[in-house]
Amino acid sequence: MNPVSYQRASSIDQAIQMAAGGRGRLLGGGTNLVDLMRKGVERPSSLVDVTTLSDAIEETSEGGLLIGAAARNSAVAAHLQIRSRYPMLARSILAGASAQIRNMATVGGNLMQRTRCLYFQDVAGARCNRRAPGSGCDAAGGFNRYHAIIGASPACIATHPSDMCVALAALDARIQVAGTRGARTIPIVDFHRLPGERPDLETEIEPGELIVAVEIPPPRFARSTYRKVRDRASYAFALVSVAAGLTVRAGRIEEIGIAFGGVAPKPWRAFKAETALRGGPATSQAFEAALADELADATPLPGNAFKIELAQRTLSAVLTELSGSDR
Amino acid sequence: MSRMQNAVVESVKTVLGWVPAQWLPGGTPDPLILRRAAIGRQASRLDGPEKVRGQARFAAEVAMDRLCYASLVHSTVTLGRITRLDTANAEAAPGVILVMTHRNMPRIGTLALIGLTDLSAVGNSSLPIMQEPAVRYNGQVVAAVVAETQEEADHAASLIEIDYAVDTAKTRFDDAKDKARTPASILIEKNHVSVGNAERELGRAPHRVDNIYRTPGHNHNAIELHGVTVAWQGGSLVVHDATQMIAPSANALAKLFGLKKEQVRVLSPFVGGGFGGKGLWDHQVVAVAAARLVDRPVRLMLSRDSVYRMIGGRSPTEQRVAIGADADGQFTALVHTGYSIMPPYGACPEQYTLGTRALYRSKSFEIVQRHVDLDVVPNTFMRAPGEAIGTFAVECAIDELAHAIGIDPIELRRRNEPDRHPISDAPFSQRALTQAYADGAKRFGWERRLAEPGARHDGEWRIGMGCASGSFPYARMPGANVRITLRRDGSATVSCSAQEMGMGTATVQVQHAADRLGLPVEAITFEMGDSALPAGPMAGGSSQTVSVAGAIMAATEKLTGELLRLAGNDSPIAGLRAGDVRLVDGGIAGINDPSRRESYRSILARAARDEVTVSAAGSAPLEMLKFAMHSSSAIFCELRVSKVTGEVRVDRLLGSFDCGTILNPKTAASQFKGGMIMGLGLALTEETLFDERSGRIMNATLADYHIPSHLDVPEIDVMWTGIADPRSPLGARGIGEIGITGVAAAVANAVFNATGKRIRDLPVTLDKLL
Ligand SMILES: Cc1cc2nc3c(=O)[nH]c(=O)nc-3n(C[C@H](O)[C@H](O)[C@H](O)COP(=O)(O)OP(=O)(O)OC[C@H]3O[C@@H](n4cnc5c(N)ncnc54)[C@H](O)[C@@H]3O)c2cc1C
Repeated sequence: MNPVSYQRASSIDQAIQMAAGGRGRLLGGGTNLVDLMRKGVERPSSLVDVTTLSDAIEETSEGGLLIGAAARNSAVAAHLQIRSRYPMLARSILAGASAQIRNMATVGGNLMQRTRCLYFQDVAGARCNRRAPGSGCDAAGGFNRYHAIIGASPACIATHPSDMCVALAALDARIQVAGTRGARTIPIVDFHRLPGERPDLETEIEPGELIVAVEIPPPRFARSTYRKVRDRASYAFALVSVAAGLTVRAGRIEEIGIAFGGVAPKPWRAFKAETALRGGPATSQAFEAALADELADATPLPGNAFKIELAQRTLSAVLTELSGSDR
Repeated sequence: MSRMQNAVVESVKTVLGWVPAQWLPGGTPDPLILRRAAIGRQASRLDGPEKVRGQARFAAEVAMDRLCYASLVHSTVTLGRITRLDTANAEAAPGVILVMTHRNMPRIGTLALIGLTDLSAVGNSSLPIMQEPAVRYNGQVVAAVVAETQEEADHAASLIEIDYAVDTAKTRFDDAKDKARTPASILIEKNHVSVGNAERELGRAPHRVDNIYRTPGHNHNAIELHGVTVAWQGGSLVVHDATQMIAPSANALAKLFGLKKEQVRVLSPFVGGGFGGKGLWDHQVVAVAAARLVDRPVRLMLSRDSVYRMIGGRSPTEQRVAIGADADGQFTALVHTGYSIMPPYGACPEQYTLGTRALYRSKSFEIVQRHVDLDVVPNTFMRAPGEAIGTFAVECAIDELAHAIGIDPIELRRRNEPDRHPISDAPFSQRALTQAYADGAKRFGWERRLAEPGARHDGEWRIGMGCASGSFPYARMPGANVRITLRRDGSATVSCSAQEMGMGTATVQVQHAADRLGLPVEAITFEMGDSALPAGPMAGGSSQTVSVAGAIMAATEKLTGELLRLAGNDSPIAGLRAGDVRLVDGGIAGINDPSRRESYRSILARAARDEVTVSAAGSAPLEMLKFAMHSSSAIFCELRVSKVTGEVRVDRLLGSFDCGTILNPKTAASQFKGGMIMGLGLALTEETLFDERSGRIMNATLADYHIPSHLDVPEIDVMWTGIADPRSPLGARGIGEIGITGVAAAVANAVFNATGKRIRDLPVTLDKLL
């Protein structure tokens, strides 16, 4: 690990100033950044601790919630409003990492966490376009079970690993950021970028900008949940995960939100499938057909081709459960 | 081992076949089998309170004055040569005391590989350690930095620049199979066993199965990372190590650094998990050399990444198992062949076929292992090397055959239960596997299993049950020494350089010594973990307990003689000989006439002695050669497989063991359960991701190498026959490794019962079940 200086920001303005021009790297709980520093993937020379910024969880005037970027993952998952009104969000967080890591991890850090691709993490032994642009991608011909089946590019097939972000995507959350050029709000579905030719550019955030809060609109689903699929029962990233919310009235789908984890370089909001399903019948045939369309452009690899069927089955099971049509 | 050694072992076995059993160790059963007080009692581990309070000092925690810290640099290429080595930036970095590479590392020889002949031969690799620019595997140590703090050492290590000329390496298992070697022996057993014509019998058999099973590589993941704290004191060397082989390591280091045995002291009072991985590897040697160059004590604790790079794990295997059976299900052919990795500089043959020889009767056998040579960190022993994965292949095949014939898999096993060793014809010392099955099946509720696969459901879950046999050979190591000091106040100290890896070594030997010496457990101290004590055996092969016990038996015999001599002619026991007495209630008493007795206190007082000390070595373990001696088990598993996702969740696991006398139910249950949990990892999640393109391990972290998490571990039930082995000290056999054996097969068999899908490649991951 390289020598590094450490400062603690006491206000948003101070944090912006300390991090201006990308001089200081923001530090949340450190559960991802510090690991990557130990591995030499990240080599910041200065850290700006932003865990002192707002960690409040408050109701907004429009009836949604505003979550401070420094809120710990476990605090968000335990929050009564979130558990009762946004169960998919609480469940997605609890499905991730371990209790200890969730106690440290912040909402800002979770949004910004980097891929778990084995080749991305191996500075000494592997090529990776995301870590070292232009060097090549060793994952494509290597171990890619955890990699993307959709939204990837020849340059990079890595997935975004977050569970929380998948629920945020289905909930249409908005990310509030602040920087030297002022404040702005970015919809979560636009927040993470697809790799294209530049996998190293991971989010819409500019150097020196920071996440201040996450805004969640008022609940729009009668029922919602999160289901994560993995070999190990706990403490493993998703092979496939589904965040879904549903309102069914008289057998017709009135409102629906679906996002996938583990299948794409970003939390994958299934807009196509939602459009196909909205207003239609809540039957498993409809669910399956809609998703087949959504994944028609999938580009699986030998190591992860099983995810197409897995995603389909998981989504279908989740929607069936939510629509109560199994009863 | 060579062909000649094969011949020697075979002829010793033949001779022993003619020698009456009474002449051998264990010829008459150990009297303590019937007469025990502390042994067999539930007792908590003596080291428990110290560990819970954080007071136990592990090797990388020992404090020393002027201590400095080392960090390692690993090769990032697989085969090649260092062509440029720039250490200037590292040398100039803050706090750096030394950068050591092949250029300035003291010149030393190579380690002798672990064998069973020379007790200082404990190397896991015979490659030179930082002696030359050549690189032989990806992850090999190429440089070490010593600095004032760990952080400074780690940072400086990252500043070393190295260029390599790269050669084409052998990294592909399938490609290397063509050039596989067929060794003459596997450990001390002949490798190729051919009885009758198995292929022909197979061709004729009305029922047969013939399949290939694959198991991946595994890495060691003890909680405690490998670590040493090393100090040169004058010309002598003190090494605080995390090791399973204290005395042999001291000998090996002495040899390597040109010292006398007495000049090297290895201390290892506690080891935070060994499982075969805590042997002598490059890091101890590098730390010793670095400490000499900086003339200060050096601590080297490996990172988790370093453990993956430089400590070998379990070899991957490809195994063929074929079984032919007649109409009644009696085996006419048993074939077990396959491939595993063993580079010429490695020591571990991954003996996956050894267990197969003793499990079933068959008209014919064809058994042979082939070694694939790859440029990798040499694989090593890992909990139940061989048996853990060998039983996966064989016990799945049994289940497949039972299904094909249409009989219960336990019944099929019962029909093929051998009454003597199926290959050597040696008698079993004791074997009650059939009873273990019967007891286990009853407790588990095996009768509720539906033979038809996929017949039980609960919502989206398919439910299945499976079972499998586990097996592990008995071993007692030669050359185990102990010293016993008996004091006039009725207390005794037993000393032996034994190892405590958390299994309860001291606890159980205190129980044993108490009964052996006729004293209460509170009167006994067991000193261990230090090579300055009488040389104990290594902790490996599930053999430490009986090896130390055998030495304590021998020393007690000597002590008895010594006490009888001291008692002299004025004692109530005068005239009695060692064979006529027993040690009981703090003294010596006649066996036939217990009223003739005298207390230790009285004997020593009359002889004007404060204490009496004896040392002895255990007898040669000839019982191993005359008898077939194995621990065995029946493992039962019930699990669920999601129809939606293919996820496997284990609901119940039961192990029914036949391992001789259980010396302490509490520590034994922990060993069994720990082994079974490791078996769950083997079955469902563990896999070293070795990239055959680069020769590099890609998942060198616990985040990416998945051992079972708490949620993966169900309620585990263990039980045992408790039948004593008449041929072993205390009637005990090994229990440390048997727990992992059979588990992977029981899981895979239960998966088949749940889904109708036969998974022959470990781990059984969800994609294989979609
Ligand atoms: C073993 C392990 C298992 C895990 N398993 C899971 C899992 O199953 N599911 C899952 O979702 N996650 C998992 N995680 C990841 C975990 O969720 C993230 O590490 C965590 O959310 C990161 O939060 P942090 O506050 O610690 O971020 P840090 O490590 O402090 O920072 C991460 C990144 O965020 C940036 N950052 C921090 N705060 C801000 C801010 N306010 N504005 C802008 N940028 C900021 C940092 O500069 C850095 O680039 C796992 C992690 C580990 C180590």
